[in-house]
Amino acid sequence: VSDRPLVAVVVFPGSNDDRDAAWALGSVGAEPTFVWHEETSLPGGTGAVVLPGGFSYGDYLRTGAIASVAPVMSAVREFASVGGPVLGICNGFQVLCEARLLPGVLRPNRQLEFVCADASLLVEVADSLFLRRCTIGQELVIPVKHGEGAWYADEGTFVQLAARGQIVLRYTADVNGAMGNVAGVVNEAGNVMGLMPHPEHAVDPLLGSADGGLLLAALVDAAAAHRLGAA
Amino acid sequence: VKATVLVRPKEGIRDVDLEVDIADANAARAEIERMCGELLANPLIESFEIRLGGA
Repeated sequence: VSDRPLVAVVVFPGSNDDRDAAWALGSVGAEPTFVWHEETSLPGGTGAVVLPGGFSYGDYLRTGAIASVAPVMSAVREFASVGGPVLGICNGFQVLCEARLLPGVLRPNRQLEFVCADASLLVEVADSLFLRRCTIGQELVIPVKHGEGAWYADEGTFVQLAARGQIVLRYTADVNGAMGNVAGVVNEAGNVMGLMPHPEHAVDPLLGSADGGLLLAALVDAAAAHRLGAA
Repeated sequence: VKATVLVRPKEGIRDVDLEVDIADANAARAEIERMCGELLANPLIESFEIRLGGA
């Protein structure tokens, strides 16, 4: 039995960053375990959940829409409702928005082209569960790769989220037409986060940046705390 | 000249045909509206129209 916090990485049909996420989580101290989308419960002792990038169910209807009602999502919803940390990356972010666990929606990029590049991000809120290893105003470099990553909400929701500190990461430049250059948001309770950039692809300076490791390590911290709290 | 181009799928491209096992038309419509609001359409960015009878 490992002392490392157990982080469940959900695998949907079409997920393709699940193994990268598991490897990266392992590199920052987690014990990752894969959970197939047909499962109706999470493994005992799960401290955090990651919905990885890639695709899901062909992304029919809208990106992440079908996955939002996958059997495993009931367990994810229940886990989140008791304060369990949940991180959605790229397609995982789209799934969480479609599941209404996060506000807004991800629309096709403004330029109607796939974007694959290192993105500069500004940390807007440092007391977030997921950004505790960062400082406000810190600039992170984390790659993006998506065709539908332009976060959008109605104006009233956007203003409310900004006031509540739920907009946690912004691009320093317009990457995809996202409203307010939003790159990442959290739910009102602060234990569910989604972001379009891929922290799991930025955990080694040899690959250009290790900034993603800051987010994932904070998630592992949160996983350890949640596991202790649940014990 | 600035222009806005509204690109919309033609009928049938993204439309969903479905069958609900409810005899009463009003009840069927209510159920389909619920399905649209929860999954088939995202009210934040999409609108929907229901045509009973497949017409």
